[in-house]
This record gives sequence, structure tokens and C-alpha cells, in this order.
Amino acid sequence: MSTLEFTLFVCAGSLLAGLVGALTGLGGGVVLVPFLTLLFKVDIRYAIGASLVSVIATSSGAAAAYVKEGISNIRIGMFLEIATTLGALLGAHLAARVSTHAIAIVFGMVLLFSAYFARKPRPLHERTLPPDPLATRLRLNGSFPDAEGDRSYNVQHVPAGWTLMFGAGALSGLLGIGSGAMKVLAMDQAMRIPFKVSTSTSNFMIGVTAAASAGVYLRRGYIDPGLAMPVMLGVLAGSLVGAKLLMRVHTKWLRLGFSLVIALLALEMLYNGLSGRI
Amino acid sequence: MPMEANWTDRRIEGAVGNLLRGGVSLAALIVFLGAIIYLVRHGLSPVEYHVFRGEPADLRTVRGIFRDTFHLRGRGIIQLGLLVLIATPVARVALSMFGFAAERDRMYVYFTAVVFLVLLYSLLGSPN
Repeated sequence: MSTLEFTLFVCAGSLLAGLVGALTGLGGGVVLVPFLTLLFKVDIRYAIGASLVSVIATSSGAAAAYVKEGISNIRIGMFLEIATTLGALLGAHLAARVSTHAIAIVFGMVLLFSAYFARKPRPLHERTLPPDPLATRLRLNGSFPDAEGDRSYNVQHVPAGWTLMFGAGALSGLLGIGSGAMKVLAMDQAMRIPFKVSTSTSNFMIGVTAAASAGVYLRRGYIDPGLAMPVMLGVLAGSLVGAKLLMRVHTKWLRLGFSLVIALLALEMLYNGLSGRI
Repeated sequence: MPMEANWTDRRIEGAVGNLLRGGVSLAALIVFLGAIIYLVRHGLSPVEYHVFRGEPADLRTVRGIFRDTFHLRGRGIIQLGLLVLIATPVARVALSMFGFAAERDRMYVYFTAVVFLVLLYSLLGSPN
């Protein structure tokens, strides 16, 4: 395959990944690495480097829109970014030490989790919880514009959320994904932050988390411009189109279909990792 | 003091939003320009991504990337765009730090400083 053909195919595939990722709210990063390694036989280290770069692009693009709406909580984001960036550094350092088989296996397991997460119905905890002393001291509690005016919330279980965030950062650095699903889980399930605030704050944090490991990847020579270029431009274009379409399409079946694709990719990654093909 | 009163959380959010959008747009533009040069020159050569060799030294360091860009090498220019992209969240953190300082929120200035240092270490520290 010539460089031109390869660039066009990868760009088209990345566009699709970015589009579906934006429509389902799962991000395209999680399918990019399997797409590049399984379909194009790209070495997983190059694939992770390219995916990481595209994750920064999409999350920064989306965060720009969310932040202006005033839904993201920048204090929660900033405080938890300490955990995610430290975790990302650890993940990036681990990536150079563990075998590619091990990375493929961990990747497969994270994909399985994402497939499950994509199908799970959204829990609604509308009830206002009492303020937690630690969260109050850290000034994490906030409010956001809702259908009927501003709604305030009190953040709970700060240490558990912080620890989960460290784990999310480590996975992001090891696998080159945004690990948005795990970030949302930490905020919405553990810290009891309203779902809307959790998703937009997670998006806000993904770029910084990915940047913390991208620097290490760049200096280690894992980021190839010829590969990262079509991936980044494709995913970015796809996610921008996806964000515009979001208001007009029903995503229920799309989420179901996408989670099925993710589950299949998970099995394929696990198989390749366990049999030593990756 | 009108300067500090202006720096509310919402104000920071607006500035952060603009910065993120600008950084990503600039990065995409540079990557796109580099891509044209790269594809015109190397579009017909075969690809080999199944073997991992790691990037040459000039595409790994900030100085090397600038040197390549100066010589109008396609891969170097793409890498410069990716560097701008990686720097965008770093600039966002720096801007937030300034915002928290203007609000005299010392605790959050410290938190932001830690994140900023971790990011700087990642970009400039030891590769392993």
C-alpha cells in the first residue's frame, strides 16, 4: 500500500470513529487503536501514540464548547487533574516496560468495560445530598444551568473519586485513550456529581490527561507524523460533524451497535494479545 | 479593584474556551499544511508501520522539530502541529493558574501549579 492510499484509508476510518464517538458520547479513541492494529497491522505503540494525539484534539474541541455553556466545573476538573496527570505519567512509563501482548490484553479488558458502560442506562440521582466536609473545604461544590434555572450539587466521596481518577489517568497513558468512561464513572457514581456536569468536566480533563502522557510518547519516538496526521485530522473532522448532528439523530440504536462493535474488538484484542500476535 | 472583580469563574471559562478552540484550529492547520508537503513528496512510497523502529531524534525534540520545520520537511511540520496540539492543554492550565491567582484562590493556584509542573516534566523531563 502506498503512503497516499494508507493516509486516505486511515483518514476515512478515523472520521467514522470520530463521528460515532461523538454521537454515542464514548469518544473515538477507544476504537482507534484496535482499528489501526487489527486492520492495518500498525505496531500498537505507533497506534497508541497517534490515538493519544487525536484524543487531545477532540476533547479540546468539545471542551471549548462545553466550558462556555458553564456546565463543566473547572475546580473539580483542576483538582482531579492532579490525579489523572500523575496517573498518565505512570501509564506512559509503564507502556515502555510491559510487553505489547500485555498492553493488548489490558486494552481488550478496557474495551469490554466500555462496551458494558455504553449499554448501561443512566442513573438519575436528582436528590440533593448533604455537603461533605472535605469537598466543602476543597470548594468542589457547584451549580449548573438546568431546564428550571441553576441547580446546585454537593460532591461526595472525594478520596474514592481521586483514586479512580488516578487509575483512569494510568489507563489513558498506557493505552492512548481518553478513558472518558472511567472518568465519568468516578465523578457520577463515586463522587455523586450530576451526570451532565460529570461528562462535560470529564471532556474538559481528557485533553490535559492525554497531554501528560503525549509528551513522554513524543520524546520516546512513539508519535509518527505520517500516521498521526490522518488519524488526528480524521477524528477531529468526524467529531465536529458528530457534535452538529447530535441534536438530530436518535442515538439509542447507534449506542447499541457501537457497543457491539467494541465488544467484538475487545475479543479480537484479547485473542491477539493472548496468542502473542500483537 | 476592577481587574480582579472581572476574573470570575465564568470569565476564565470563556477565555479557556477560546484558547482551546484556537489551539486546536492552529494545530489542525499546521498538520494539514505539513500533510500536503509530505504527501506530495512521499505519497507513492510504501508504508511500514507494522515494524516498530521509533522516530528519528529530530522528530522527538522540540528543537529538532523546529529545525525540520525551518527546512520545510513535511513530517517535521506535521510534528510541529502535533506539538502545538499537545501544548494547548498546557497553555489552558497556565491560563487557569492566572485566573485563580487573580481570584486570590491560593489553594487552586497550588493545585494548578502541580498539574502544570507534571505537564512540563512530561514534555521536557527524561524520556524514560
